[in-house]
Amino acid sequence: MSLPVLWYVLIAVLFTGYLVLEGFDYGVGILLPWVGHSDTERRAVLATIGPVWDANEVWLITAGGAMFAAFPLWYASLFSAFYGGLALLLVSLIVRGVALEFRSQDRHPTWRRRWDYLIAGSSAVPPLVWGLAMGNVLHGIPLNAQGNFTGSLATILNPYALVGAAAALSLLTLHGALYLTLKAPIPVSDRAYRAAFRVGPVATVFYFAFVLMSYFDAHFIHRLGVDPGPIPILAGLGMVTVRLLLPRRNHPWAFWMGLLTIILSTASVFLALYPDLMISSLNPAWSLTVPNAAANPYSLKVMTIVAITVLPLVLAYQAWTYWIFRRRISLNETFHY
Amino acid sequence: MSAVGLARLQFGVTTIYHFLFVPVTIGLAFLMAILETRYWRRPTPAQRQTIEFFGRLFLINFAVGVVTGILQEFQFGMNWANYSRFVGDVFGAPLAVEALAAFFLESTFLGIWIFGWDQVPPKIHNLSIWLVAIGTSLSAFWILTANSFMQEPVGYHLVHGRAEMASFGALLSNPQLWVEFPHTELAALATGAFVMMGVSAVFLSRGRYVEWFLPPFKLALGVALVASVLVVIIGHDQAQHLIQAQPMKMAASEALWQTTGLHAAWSIVAFFNPVTHHTWWALSIPDFLTILAYNRLSGRVLGIDTLERLYVHRYGPGYYVPPVLATFWSFRVMILIGFLMAGLAALGVWHLYRGRLLERRRYLRLMVWATGLPSLGNIMGWVMTEVGRQPWIVFGLEKTAQAASPFVSATDIWATLLGFGLLYGVIALIDLRLWIRIIRQGPELPAEPPSPDASYVLTPPGPAQSFEP
Repeated sequence: MSLPVLWYVLIAVLFTGYLVLEGFDYGVGILLPWVGHSDTERRAVLATIGPVWDANEVWLITAGGAMFAAFPLWYASLFSAFYGGLALLLVSLIVRGVALEFRSQDRHPTWRRRWDYLIAGSSAVPPLVWGLAMGNVLHGIPLNAQGNFTGSLATILNPYALVGAAAALSLLTLHGALYLTLKAPIPVSDRAYRAAFRVGPVATVFYFAFVLMSYFDAHFIHRLGVDPGPIPILAGLGMVTVRLLLPRRNHPWAFWMGLLTIILSTASVFLALYPDLMISSLNPAWSLTVPNAAANPYSLKVMTIVAITVLPLVLAYQAWTYWIFRRRISLNETFHY
Repeated sequence: MSAVGLARLQFGVTTIYHFLFVPVTIGLAFLMAILETRYWRRPTPAQRQTIEFFGRLFLINFAVGVVTGILQEFQFGMNWANYSRFVGDVFGAPLAVEALAAFFLESTFLGIWIFGWDQVPPKIHNLSIWLVAIGTSLSAFWILTANSFMQEPVGYHLVHGRAEMASFGALLSNPQLWVEFPHTELAALATGAFVMMGVSAVFLSRGRYVEWFLPPFKLALGVALVASVLVVIIGHDQAQHLIQAQPMKMAASEALWQTTGLHAAWSIVAFFNPVTHHTWWALSIPDFLTILAYNRLSGRVLGIDTLERLYVHRYGPGYYVPPVLATFWSFRVMILIGFLMAGLAALGVWHLYRGRLLERRRYLRLMVWATGLPSLGNIMGWVMTEVGRQPWIVFGLEKTAQAASPFVSATDIWATLLGFGLLYGVIALIDLRLWIRIIRQGPELPAEPPSPDASYVLTPPGPAQSFEP
């Protein structure tokens, strides 16, 4: 495997890690006002993600840094093209981080309620933005020969990308609900279970609608053929399995299958895109690709050495935190958040 | 204002804001790690409450620092696409390493620290805050590696109009980095120490919670003295390095229009017209600039007009003089603050040595007001560093005017500038309000109802309130 390809895979892994881990944080945040009725319950909901959400977000920051270092041209084009979307994403991440930390420092019930809705709203924006970005990246956007975006907001808000946004939002909400069935105390986890039933069908419909549209809008037929290969098919099967496991109250398996669905779906997106990074809808020759947007071999070599030294360590201590905080939250404890 | 001007304004505003929180985080993390190590050696309830009290302030501060930092990383792509394309090969690597080696470390172990008081053994808990502290400093190291490249590009080749990394070792041994990093790191330690002193002095000056806040005050005082003195000394080294690496920045920060004679005087203050390059009046110390610049009694310092001619010759036609007013005054305010910090800390140590610290109420009240002093110094330092490098974004390689995103309009940047500005303003107000509330409340929290499963000891205020309608 050449170094640019290795870094493409690494960035895909980092993005997948971000979507899977921060994904349930977002879902938990979105569901917060609905599954937690009293203040204590809401604090219990936040305690389920308290020790981990910040480190989960670092997956995104690392993915961004890795893009900057390994594919500077991709980083520059992607983030200047989706300027408005990215600004919105950043605002929501700022609001969300502050709201999570400040919420329970506020004694006033009205303020706490406001913070809760801010957490919910700001948790919903990132899935929407990434869904939109996914649709546009797969479909291609008007990029000129220098890799600069020449379209408008209307270009970005096309039906295909909007379906992608809805699919991402509902899928991550479902992911959060499934996570809460495992981690939240009893009345809350029951409500999360019911929420999973409500959001599940919506997620399934948008998910498969997006897959179907991908064949036509993003020319998957040309890229992958009618049979897309094992990974996308398994992703689809995972989505179906969640629906089958839920009524049996097999919460752990439902959660793990949901998680698998997200991993495989993200992998499918990166597989479908390869070897392109940003498809120019104006002229295919102007597209950014893995070979033409990569950093020089020396940079990549240095980065590879750093990554293979540090990444296993990071994975180990992050896994260890999940192990430390593995138990179900109880309503009787004193909460930090 | 042009799109580039707006993008610069946005970068300046968001970076300055971000850097209000970062040094406090770096400094406080180390001080809290030391406090906790002491606590585990000889645990007393008061000390535990003190650590948790500073922990609450730390977290609020940390949260704002982290979320405003995310914007910093993505802003290069949004507003500075051409810059990112030009130097991404070199500049991206330290950023990626920062995320991988530092951000994961600090955020993961902070989670363990906050939520793990009774879930992990004391040693691991203490180790966690040390790892947070190390993580924050590592992060500073890597981002300054990137910044040092902008000041003094090393270890690169120009290939097809892009800078490609040629030596990672050269980036790490960049002479600029080894004056810039210690200076910034020590300034951050001093900043955290002044915050810890200021907050402790709120209580000590009223004779309240002396048992709680005298130990952190003493610790912070010692750290503040050592760090402030070293900041001044290394700052001096840094200025001398500047004369070699970026003489124009040095000339601008001295408003030195003409090259001096062998015995150059140093202006304490000067009033000048930056357009006509004319100084009306200056209060100067004879020979002092030469001494500062070379540590000897004879030597010329190059002036702006000479350097301008030199740069036109080297880089082609253009105006290579940075905004002199901002550079000159930010440099002076920074120096003044550096000496003030060292002086205030020395005075405190003197009072402590004489055993009269607690009686010196006026000094303690003064220290409350001095809480934000290092932050002002930090900002001035960055204004001098970044404004003084203009018109370059990467010194000698790329000009700021060519670095922006070509298809991002001024309207777009106006929108995000106003949006982020407003958001940051609101967050600052809430942040301040929470700090004041937590300080008013003091280190002792109202007793929580006993629970069989109490595991989160770092408790937020007040009894649980019901939200049921």
